[in-house]
Order: sequence, then structure tokens, then C-alpha cells
Amino acid sequence: MNTRTYLDNAATTPLDPEVFAAMLPYFQRKHGNASSLHEEGRQARKAVEDARRLIAEALSWDPEGIVFTSGATEADNLAIFGLARSRPDRRHIICSAIEHHAILHPCDWLEQQGYRITRIPVDTTGRVNPQSIADAIDDQTLLVSIMAGNNELGILEPIREIGELCRARSVLFHTDAVQAFGRVDLPTESTDLISLSAHKLHGPKGVGALAARPGMRLVPLVHGGGHERGVRSGTENVHGIVGFASACRLMVERRETLVERLSGFRKQLIDGVLRIPGTRLNGDRSGSLPHIANFSFAAIEGESLVMKLDERGIAASTGSACSSPNLEPSHVLQAIGVPIEMAHGSLRLSMGQQTTQADIDTLLRTLPGVVEDLRSISPFKLGDS
Amino acid sequence: MYNEQVMEHFREPRNHGKLARYSAVGKVGNILCGDVMWMYILVERAENGEDIIADISWETFGCTAAIATSSMVSVLAKGKTVDEAITITNSQVAAELGGLPAPKMHCSSLAADALNEAIHEYFIAEKRPIPATLEQRHERIARHRKELEDRYAGFLDQGDRKQQIKGLPGSPCC
Repeated sequence: MNTRTYLDNAATTPLDPEVFAAMLPYFQRKHGNASSLHEEGRQARKAVEDARRLIAEALSWDPEGIVFTSGATEADNLAIFGLARSRPDRRHIICSAIEHHAILHPCDWLEQQGYRITRIPVDTTGRVNPQSIADAIDDQTLLVSIMAGNNELGILEPIREIGELCRARSVLFHTDAVQAFGRVDLPTESTDLISLSAHKLHGPKGVGALAARPGMRLVPLVHGGGHERGVRSGTENVHGIVGFASACRLMVERRETLVERLSGFRKQLIDGVLRIPGTRLNGDRSGSLPHIANFSFAAIEGESLVMKLDERGIAASTGSACSSPNLEPSHVLQAIGVPIEMAHGSLRLSMGQQTTQADIDTLLRTLPGVVEDLRSISPFKLGDS
Repeated sequence: MYNEQVMEHFREPRNHGKLARYSAVGKVGNILCGDVMWMYILVERAENGEDIIADISWETFGCTAAIATSSMVSVLAKGKTVDEAITITNSQVAAELGGLPAPKMHCSSLAADALNEAIHEYFIAEKRPIPATLEQRHERIARHRKELEDRYAGFLDQGDRKQQIKGLPGSPCC
């Protein structure tokens, strides 16, 4: 019996058994290369194109514009570098300060090559003010990239408004929808590029997609046999792509009930965790993804908090400096103005379709004691607050 | 990531908390960078005239490695003469724990530094001449603290943050 409580679904989700079953034939029996002429190849091609149509349908997108990639990091890189190389005359990119590193680091690299990068600050809940994007756009702007829902805070960005204002100014708009896709409606009609990942949706790791407007010229990052209409060479990850589409279909089917259930759990988590003294919610109660909640605890450090929870069978994550390779606290928590000492004591809880009421109860039963334990050995004590 | 010895000290930390009675306390680290250790020592004179670390405890804000190294330093120093305790090094702390992941090695030096600072404070309080190695380490720790303060000066200068940090329960130690 699995006694673990897995509350780190924003990192990755367990593969849905139905998705697994859909993938299985493509490992052995239907093993063809989608580029081959023969029966095996045609079978693989059909699977890839069916998957492309299914994902396009879920997004209300033209299947022509769906480019399969190794995941959302590659999709983000393809959006930025692919466009930068096809429009070398435009050397200004706008993103938010709380984008994923898969956006921020390509932008940093371009900045070193002489690009101008405008990193739009966010308010204390993590929201971008669309007006500040409107103000930042100029005739050099290549792209605006703002994530749909933040992976650390769960906060939803006003991407409909941002997409519309970009359109009005004839600037391309990209959104990283890794966490938001399948959980909230995406304003696809006012978006030019969308990054997606399968493994955040109970699909397999190692596959994602960039949805681009058909006909948009993207210079490939990976050159070779001209797969994916020449935008992304490399033999198609057929079983992965089939799994991605299967996960997508299940998310569409289950979304309504799932979102309702997870929203209820999220409220319980917020109410329950905030009962612990010296705690704050990072982000906002409302206007958020249903599956992510982020907290900070005074006087304790997040890495040891995650390890203590792990010892008690609960998997969660932290934005603490001690958990990161560069020993810097999360850029997202810093951007929303979490005092740095509170940023060290952060905890992200994220749910998936397998999350049960028992998981929430276990967390809420275990967390206060773990916080208490760590505070008892901390030199910092809670004041009167 | 962590070996079983580290996890064992993390699960069951030895000598944690604040001593009811102590001779000196060494405070190192900075909450801004994420690790703070306070090391309390109670020194007593043995019948043979030697100063012994009769009791030791610590309070730590930090990661798994910070907690485990605090625990290990206290185990290594307890019952030792003060002169012996001065010789405890960070590499010894890490080695006694069976090694630490590379990015966490600084935690072991923090723990050894906290002990060093407690003994340094004890020597000053007792008006005893301070051994050269103890003083050198003390100066190095002070330099490092200054570097940290400079590095995070930007945070402290912002009006809002200054208020928030001042309002912290318990003040940053450096």
C-alpha cells in the first residue's frame, strides 16, 4: 500500500494508468518511425497526426501550428530563439520578473548578445499590470512572453488583456501555459504562441509542444531530417506524443469536476495552514490555479521543512535558497516582495487528480508539529504576532 | 542527497535548544543568506585544573545539513577540554557525518565557526590570552560576516524590507 502523500504535482504528476495503456502499443507492437513509407511507419504517422489534432482541438488551435518538442523548456526556447533568429531586426523582448527559468535564461543570454530585455515587475500577489506591458512596447519589440499561471504561486496572469493589447500593437504574444493548460480556459484567440508540457497533466515526461500560429516563421534550434515541418528535427517521440494527447483528452473530460474538487482542497489548505502562527500565503486566495498554494513560515528554513515532511511521508517543495544550486532564494518570492527571511521558509503544496481528502487531512495534521519542531531548534522565536 | 548519518542527526538532533546556564555563546551566519547558528557552551574547571566543555547546545535556522552539522559539532565538543575543542575543524565535522553534498559544505564550516566564536567569547570574558589560531579564525569569520552584510546591503536599504527585517522575531545575529 502506498502511504506516501504526494503534494508536489507542480513539479511532475504521476502518469495516468489510461495514458500508460494508450502508450504501451507504441513501444513494441506499433514501433514504426513516423517518417517511414511502410505500414509500420504509416501507423506511427497516423498516431502522431491524430495526437496533434487532439491537442489542437483542446486548445482551439490549428493543428498545423502544433510543434512537438522534448518538453516545455524546449518549447519556451524555441519560441524565443526561433523568433529572434527569424526577426533579427527586432531586438527587444518583454517578459515578467516571475517567468520560469526556461524563459528568463534565454532572455538573459540574448541580453548578453545585445538585446534589450524588459522584465516587468509584479504586484505583491504576483500579478502583472497589463498597462506596464503596454508602456514597455516599442517599435523594436519582438515578443511579449507572460506565463498563464505561475508554477510557484499558482497566480493567474491577465493574459487575455495582455494578448489583446499586444495584438492591437502588432506585437507577438507568447504564454507558457504549462501549469494552466487543462485547468483554466486559455484565451487562445489572442495568443500567438503557447508552451505546453505533458508530464504536468498526468502524461509522460520528455514531451511537450509549442503551439504557434500556422505560417509563423521560427528558425529551428535543432536541424536535421526536417521533422515537424522543418521546425524541429528528430524522429518523433511517438509513444510520448500519444501519451501527451491521451493525457490531454482526459484532462478535458475531467476538468470541470477536477477543478472544483482541487479548488475546495486548496481552500482547505489555505485555511488550515494559515492557522499555524507566523505563516503567510504567498500569492492570492482567488484568481489562482486550483492546484497550487504557496506559504512561508517565520523562523524556519524551507529545505529542512521539506525534508522533515518527507520523513513523515509527505512530498512537497520549497523556494528556499538552501534547496537551489546557486543558494539564492526563489526569484518569484523575491519579485513579490516576500521578505528574504520569509522566502527562506517557503513551502509549495501542489495537487493532482489523484489527490484525496485524506492527503489534505494528512498534511494539515502533520504540518503544525513539523513547523513546531523546527521552530524549537531555531534561534528565532515568534514574537507577539 | 544526504547520507544516512546526516539524516540520523537531522531526525534526532543531539544537544539542541538553549542551555539554562552557559559561559558563552557563539553566533554565526546571517538570516539573509539562510543559515544562522547559535552555539552555547558551559565551561567548568576540572580537578586537574583544565577547562572542560561540560555542556553544549545550539539553536539553528537552516537546512538539513546545517542542523546535522550543529548536532555533530556539539557531540564532538562535549566533554572535551577547551584547548581540544579549538582544534575541531569543519572538515572533521563533515567527515564525522560521512561527508556532505558539495553545495552544503559551507554548513560544516558554519558549525565549526559557531563553536570557535563561543570559545572566543569565553576567552574574552575570562580575560584569558587568546590563542593565535582562535583569533585568526575569529577574524576570518568577522570578514565573512562583513562580506555578507555588504552583499545584502541592497535588501537592507529598501525602506520596506528594513522595517520587515527590524520587525523580525529575534534579531539577525550579525
